[in-house]
Amino acid sequence: MTAPPAASPAAPTLVLDGVAKSFGPVVALRSGSLTLRPGSVHALIGENGAGKSTLVKIIAGLYQRDAGTFEYLGEPVDFTTTAESKDAGIAVIYQEPTLFPDLSVTENVFMGRQPTMSFGRIDKKAMRDEVVSLFEQLGVHVDPDRPTRGLSIADQQLVEIAKAMSLDAKVLVMDEPTAALSGVEVERLFSVARALRDEGRAILFISHRFDEVFDLCDTVTVMRDGEYISTSAIADTTVDQLVRQMVGRDVTDLFPKVVAPVGDVLLKVEGLTRTGVFHDVSFEVRAGEIVALAGLVGAGRSEIARAAFGVDPYDSGTVTVAGKPLPGGDPTKAMSRGLALIPEDRRRQGAVLDSGIARNVTLTIRDRLTRFGVLTNAAENASAREWAARFEVRAPSLDTLAGTLSGGNQQKVVIAKWLATEPSVLIVDEPTRGIDVGTKSEVHRLLSDLAGQGLAILMISSELPEVLGMADRVLVVHEGRITANLTREEATPEAVMHAATHSLEETR
Amino acid sequence: MASATLAPPSERTYRDFQRPLWKRVLLTREMAVVGALALVIAYASLTVKNFGAPITYTYLFLDIAAILLIALPMTLIIVTGEIDLSVASVVGLSSVLTGTLHQAGLPFPVAALVAIVAGAVAGSINGFLVTVVGLPSLAVTIGTLALFRGLAVGLLGTTAITDFPETWRDLATSKIPGTPIPSVVILIVVLAIVFAWLLHFTPFGRGIFAIGQSKEAAHFSGVRVERTKFILFVLSGAVAALAGIYYTLRYGSARGDNATGLELSVVAAVLLGGVSIFGGRGALHGPIAGALLIGAMASALRLASVTSDVINVITGTLLILSVVMPSLLAWAQSRRARRRGKRKGETPASAGATPGTAASS
Repeated sequence: MTAPPAASPAAPTLVLDGVAKSFGPVVALRSGSLTLRPGSVHALIGENGAGKSTLVKIIAGLYQRDAGTFEYLGEPVDFTTTAESKDAGIAVIYQEPTLFPDLSVTENVFMGRQPTMSFGRIDKKAMRDEVVSLFEQLGVHVDPDRPTRGLSIADQQLVEIAKAMSLDAKVLVMDEPTAALSGVEVERLFSVARALRDEGRAILFISHRFDEVFDLCDTVTVMRDGEYISTSAIADTTVDQLVRQMVGRDVTDLFPKVVAPVGDVLLKVEGLTRTGVFHDVSFEVRAGEIVALAGLVGAGRSEIARAAFGVDPYDSGTVTVAGKPLPGGDPTKAMSRGLALIPEDRRRQGAVLDSGIARNVTLTIRDRLTRFGVLTNAAENASAREWAARFEVRAPSLDTLAGTLSGGNQQKVVIAKWLATEPSVLIVDEPTRGIDVGTKSEVHRLLSDLAGQGLAILMISSELPEVLGMADRVLVVHEGRITANLTREEATPEAVMHAATHSLEETR
Repeated sequence: MASATLAPPSERTYRDFQRPLWKRVLLTREMAVVGALALVIAYASLTVKNFGAPITYTYLFLDIAAILLIALPMTLIIVTGEIDLSVASVVGLSSVLTGTLHQAGLPFPVAALVAIVAGAVAGSINGFLVTVVGLPSLAVTIGTLALFRGLAVGLLGTTAITDFPETWRDLATSKIPGTPIPSVVILIVVLAIVFAWLLHFTPFGRGIFAIGQSKEAAHFSGVRVERTKFILFVLSGAVAALAGIYYTLRYGSARGDNATGLELSVVAAVLLGGVSIFGGRGALHGPIAGALLIGAMASALRLASVTSDVINVITGTLLILSVVMPSLLAWAQSRRARRRGKRKGETPASAGATPGTAASS
């Protein structure tokens, strides 16, 4: 580990050291360390799942750390609620601001702590005056009396920042604030951030965009797999160095990928577009092939998969399954044509948590289990027993509620439920998110086996090692467009990360 | 196909159910209501004069027949997490339509059939607004409650049509030969079997439960969520219209304000019968027992000369208790579990974690 730069002008505002956090068996943060200083804009970078968000949530008081130290203004602190960290002067601006749309800008800034006059009446004039002066200070032009409904995301973030300022926040955390902003808006946000920095506040800036990191920040901390990797001054580092630190690990042995003979095109997507979500997406998946959709969270990968399967609508384009066009917006039809989608959100989309294992596994094939128009528990249990045993689902009985299973066992139930439909095209969205290491490699072996048996597999994953280890081809999605189509040989961590963070024009 | 050559099935075995059969059948909310019903009948037979007489049962069934009929499709709708409050207005509309069409010269069976079709159309309006337009069913059916009632009263004004064929009127109030049970119970039993089959023994019914438990997961699993709900609203309208015809014959009168407020009794019976107002939970015998319980209590109290205001208060209290009980029990259970966990020195499960390890064998 590299020590943080030694010679620093001011005492640190906030110091985290060796902070850890797990959720049951899942470790979200192994050892996070971070030092924020007044008058500095500090970048925090890392792959999806590196632990950045967990770290931010610990700072915000949303999560409580399991281990490590947390010092703020020289004192050890334990925030148990977000209100405590807010009162202490820590403000967090999220990607999607959380304002009350029907209240005015002024009312939002003072939500929950309106200045009062006699008889508890709200002092509207004092509120408004303060907001006007804050906006002047920030150089923001937003009408303080208008409702926040209809404000652009950029303006809403500025309202959030004004709120933080009115609380005299000493630390301002911005979690991917630029993800939804245009170029001009990013510039305006940056000039506000610089103004705050010059006032001596400490700013933590999380972004996936290196150009922004190099433009705005003076220090950068890299995280990987829930661990602190390095902190360096921006002037002393390069993009290549940072990317290497973000991905740097041996990935080839982790996944037992067997290359299978490639057959006919089973899934073909052409010019698929959903306005504002993804544009002109075309690709093919052949029998025996695992194609990965890589990219950052929010790039539109899941949305593409959902539209292809039919749970979401799309505006134009075609989906063809085994040579025959598939009408959009009808998952039942897609299933009958051999498509299966193991969705991203296991707890909300994958499993019916209040339902037993048997009912979950047989939900997709219930039509087939009917005899003379009658569907019985016995028929469901017979089918479910076989699938549960095949995947070694750990449960005492077939009516054990899916919601009481561990993440890995839930995922086994969801996989069983979809393989029971005997699909020819399998779409898996984050198949190993939040499951333990053992189950993870079981899932990888299974996917590899299935491809070997001639299934066409489209895999969405935010874990670069998984993508590089499993996929025969890697399609990289950036802001709703496919920016790279890489073969297994071409798909290096650097190539994928580069395509995932740069738009098509920049790539060329 | 693909699955055949996967890893060979493991040695792991699974029981079908966690609890033995008698527990699964007897220790349920539905059976609690059945038990309460038995208690009320036993107690009333001993203490209330005339409650044991056959005529009491005849009138009990005649009185709650409409509620029982409408409660069948209502159960399915509430299991999906929706509700249909327009049913009593459909009863009124169907009553008026049957009356006016028969008065205009149509044979009674034809007039009744038209009324049932009209009920299905009324249900499809609800279904359209809920599934295609995407409005909440509570708001939609409060709106159509007023709309259908307005149509019914508008068609016939404040007058009543009382001229119906004798044979049909007698059929509605006749008894199964040799018993005090009215013939309409046969209709109820037939429909109850149909709806029980639909809810508990068909893929369609599995879809209904999945929708109520997680609409999103159901959609992702290929359950046609909107189509299912639409069909249920149509069924609800048709059955409510059928109940309207029965209501007309039973009282020998087609009026626009027939059965006003009946929807509340229906919903009360369904919720009392253990169907969750949040959807996803319930069994058809529960609401049937619920309707019988409400009817038996009201009948016993009436015979004991208790005023109808007091009967309403008692029914209301019972309903609130039945809705609150599961939450109370769950709260008590979780408190007990937490206390036990603390004693063992276990850390409470974190917010994002799944309490899964407990289930592993």
